[in-house]
Amino acid sequence: MEYLNLFIKSIFVDNMIFAFFLGMCSFLAVSKNVKTAAGLGLAVIFVLGITLPLNYLLYEYILKPGALAWLNPSYASVDLSFLSYIVFIATIATFTQIVEMAVEKFAPGLYNSLGIFLPLIAVNCAILGGSLFMKERAYETLGEAFTFGLGSGVGWFLAIVCMAAIREKLAYSKIPAGLKGLGISFIITGLMGIAFMSFMGIQL
Amino acid sequence: MNKDIYTKPFFLTNPITVLVLGICSSLAVTVQLKGALVMALSVTIVTACSSLILSLLRNTIPNRVRIIVQLVVVAMFVILIDQFLQAFAYDTSKMLSVYIGLIITNCIIMGRIEAFALGNKPWPSFVDGACNGLGYGMILIIVAFFRELLGSGTLFGFQVIPASWYMENGGWYMNNGLMILPPMALILLGCVVWIQRSIQKELQEK
Repeated sequence: MEYLNLFIKSIFVDNMIFAFFLGMCSFLAVSKNVKTAAGLGLAVIFVLGITLPLNYLLYEYILKPGALAWLNPSYASVDLSFLSYIVFIATIATFTQIVEMAVEKFAPGLYNSLGIFLPLIAVNCAILGGSLFMKERAYETLGEAFTFGLGSGVGWFLAIVCMAAIREKLAYSKIPAGLKGLGISFIITGLMGIAFMSFMGIQL
Repeated sequence: MNKDIYTKPFFLTNPITVLVLGICSSLAVTVQLKGALVMALSVTIVTACSSLILSLLRNTIPNRVRIIVQLVVVAMFVILIDQFLQAFAYDTSKMLSVYIGLIITNCIIMGRIEAFALGNKPWPSFVDGACNGLGYGMILIIVAFFRELLGSGTLFGFQVIPASWYMENGGWYMNNGLMILPPMALILLGCVVWIQRSIQKELQEK
């Protein structure tokens, strides 16, 4: 039940885009049609769902203050947490690289539709943001980290697909010249954010 | 070295409003001017220094592994900034929370390295990085100015709107709570883009 609560919360209340603006760059750049948006969204769910537990394990057993105590009790005073940025980003970059190669080798069809987005994901702030939030909010179990990763990914997917659908329709509407393209996308995202705020405070 | 390097990043190729880079971190830190200023300075320092270092290394990095090398250099500077803030400005560091760490994936930095630093001499790369960081900071500060003024009635934490204007003191004024909420940052940024594109018509999209 706690997991379900966390899952719903990370999709709607703590939505990566509407509440924290993470992954905004690719959100704006790739939301021009629903199909590619869904492809990128799926890739983000996948990468978030895997890298978050990975980074959780790294943080819990290597980086946290006193985490090295399982190796040798005399290491209990070692604090490597200042290294967490570099370790997290290295995990993410390596993982996306591996996934890209694996997908290219074993599923060329999927690679053609998804492949181009995988390198982009390494520098998607939503992924690194997920890992940093996990550290900041101190999730306690591997399950929680995994649920949070999956939930944030689904929330991101939902946001980008909605946005792409709206932008497809928007092509036919009359917009002041200065607002066309970027300006109106910002304002729409803001309005969607206000709509998502109605989920605030939901508890299961 | 021509003058374009200094002026373009502020208007014609502004990283936020024209190139659409680095939006992620720009919005969350604009509730207060102080946070926006610290963020702007941090990004400027990281962009300028990592452009400089990578420009020096540009002929020695193999092309295939360059992304990892870039990330490592950028992450190093971000760690330095983060540790500095934790030591000397702990409150600000707490307020910015994960967004300092997210400078690593700020697209402006990677964008300038890829587009400029890897093909130019160190000094122009440094200037280009610094000016892009400042162009980014400029937008951040404009947005933060309005959000803090209208949302809390303060600037840099000092009360600007006279206390006697407020409803609870018998006046007519009330802070606009909506300004504090995340979505308003996006809407304000949309307005900034609108104003800029109405003045510089060549930027308008078809």
